[in-house]
Amino acid sequence: MQKPKNIIQKVWEQHVVHQEAGKPDLLYIDLHLVHEVTSPQAFEGLRMNGRKVRRPDLTYATMDHNVSTRDRNVIKDPISKKQIDTLKENCQEFGVELSDRQHPDNGIVHVIGPELGLTQPGKTIVCGDSHTSTHGAFGALAFGIGTSEVEHVLATQTLWQAPPKTMNVKMNGKLGTGVTAKDLILAIIGKFGVQFGTGYVMEYTGEAIRSLSMEERMTVCNMSIEGGARAGLIAPDETTFEYLKGRRHVPKGEAFEEAVAKWRTLSTEEGAEYDAVVEIEASEVEPQVTWGTNPGMCIPITASVPNPEEEEKSNKKDEISRALQYMGLEADQPISSVKIDHVFIGSCTNSRLSDLRKAADVVRGHKVNPKVKAIVVPGSFSVKLAAEKEGIDQIFKEAGFEWREAGCSMCLAMNDDIVPPGGRCASTSNRNFEGRQGNGSRTHLVSPEMAAAAAVAGHFVDVRQFTAQEVL
Amino acid sequence: MEPLRIHTGVVCPLNRSNIDTDQIIPKQFLKRIERSGFGQFLFYHWRFDDDGNLRKDFSMNHPKYQGASILVAGENFGCGSSREHAPWAIQDFGFKVVIAQSYADIFKNNCVKNGILTIQASEEQVQTIMRKAESEGYTLTVNLEDQVVYDNQGLEIKFDIPPYPKEMLLNGWDEIGVTLNYEDKISQYELASK
Ligand code: SF4
Repeated sequence: MQKPKNIIQKVWEQHVVHQEAGKPDLLYIDLHLVHEVTSPQAFEGLRMNGRKVRRPDLTYATMDHNVSTRDRNVIKDPISKKQIDTLKENCQEFGVELSDRQHPDNGIVHVIGPELGLTQPGKTIVCGDSHTSTHGAFGALAFGIGTSEVEHVLATQTLWQAPPKTMNVKMNGKLGTGVTAKDLILAIIGKFGVQFGTGYVMEYTGEAIRSLSMEERMTVCNMSIEGGARAGLIAPDETTFEYLKGRRHVPKGEAFEEAVAKWRTLSTEEGAEYDAVVEIEASEVEPQVTWGTNPGMCIPITASVPNPEEEEKSNKKDEISRALQYMGLEADQPISSVKIDHVFIGSCTNSRLSDLRKAADVVRGHKVNPKVKAIVVPGSFSVKLAAEKEGIDQIFKEAGFEWREAGCSMCLAMNDDIVPPGGRCASTSNRNFEGRQGNGSRTHLVSPEMAAAAAVAGHFVDVRQFTAQEVL
Repeated sequence: MEPLRIHTGVVCPLNRSNIDTDQIIPKQFLKRIERSGFGQFLFYHWRFDDDGNLRKDFSMNHPKYQGASILVAGENFGCGSSREHAPWAIQDFGFKVVIAQSYADIFKNNCVKNGILTIQASEEQVQTIMRKAESEGYTLTVNLEDQVVYDNQGLEIKFDIPPYPKEMLLNGWDEIGVTLNYEDKISQYELASK
């Protein structure tokens, strides 16, 4: 009898085009997503060698990093504009479908893939972007690649890849009230560090994962890369099929039923093994706030910033001291005492409709603290429209948030949405690296609910206890 | 891509862990559509202060490391964003080899595609090299064929590298050219999975 397999091994095997000793496997790619920042040199490479895009029909492009969230039609920076224009020209020349700035399907690449139903269980999906792991929420094997690999996929629709090690990330129990998918993944990275997943593809399993919605699962998978794993996935189930049904690129009618039957066979088999297993008790997770300069540097809202003196190893001591210095924090300071001046609700981690709904629920009836500049940037054009239909934009605007157009925006500040030097931002994005939101900016990663509460309070607060009285 | 077989060069230590690609090449420099010219922006905010002056306290800026071609760092080098601009900047600045305790997966891949060798060494080995590199003009020789790094003071470190990236680096191959030889297989796969 064959050894039972996990979902990662199954999807992998289904995509091997060629195997030979001494080489990685040649893996077929089902969907290649493209954006403006990591593709120009790849298209240029094709041109220089007289090569074409092998499967334009499996390639889909969008522009998200450079777009302005104030006015979609205007890009002030001429170099950004050039990058945007170059993508458009390349897509025309090579016959690749593009949702450009004005297109109703436009948005952050990892938001629109699922929205359009391009993302499906069992697919291999790549993009020149490390947060491609997001698409793993559907049971796809999705990972980020560099520009040389983008060129390779454009030309051959394949990649040479060594089979990854597999890891089972078990999330037992249920999340408590006010604790979100974002807190769950931050807590995992906080517990196991920013490189525990290096060399692995993760499968997230357990009760806590099963009870998450698709959008919450995307939040979890999005940050797999922050734990070092190129890909993290979740076996598809009824929640997945329900989400996919009726989306534009998903098969319809009978073909849908057939697809679902096939997708069901992807799940990890009883008794299948992994190269590693880690576990976390979801019920013990509290709302998280990062205090340092990588996503592993996070603590519960009820805790205090660490003290480097309590570390034994000198390089760890240095790392903490340097992070505290950059962040302008004192050792042992309660994180709830930290005042903020910027709030960013957006990014491919937390800019979907349910994220905005939950943040709006916290904000409703409150005002943004006068010292805080707060913006909401929907993940896509269609998220924005849907939110406006529900009146979510009004709740934010009445509270004093700016309601913006879709894009990556302040997640990496490649456009004009920048946190100034020394500015401190509660952000729903995924990276708190030095200078990520602007040179000298200080980022604290939180859930949308926690960001909303912080916007009102002007400092971090435990959203579980957030009431009108306690805001003061 | 240029083949890499034996390389001797000055060693520049960068004693930090979890160096992310946002630090290696900050986002404001990702807007260029060319593949070249990124070296001037390498570690931009670590090398330069806000007025654009060289920061004296940053190791890479020390005169003794000018012209260095071997970069040494701690754990998890190249984590974060998949931007290949990071290896482009490292290479354009003059580095051909990186020695670190560990690497992020995507970064490591990106390096191979550009002919940069990433060597994994133990914490002790990295610390030894960092210490030795404090003296002016300290050089290492890397022999990829034999998978060994050595200096002229008796240090010798063997390293592992899988056969495929080794072959790529030794020959400086264009990977797409290689893959296109498998065109039949790819077409067969496409037919079978229809
Ligand atoms: S939202 Fe941020 S993390 Fe996501 S794709 Fe855009 S820049 Fe990258």
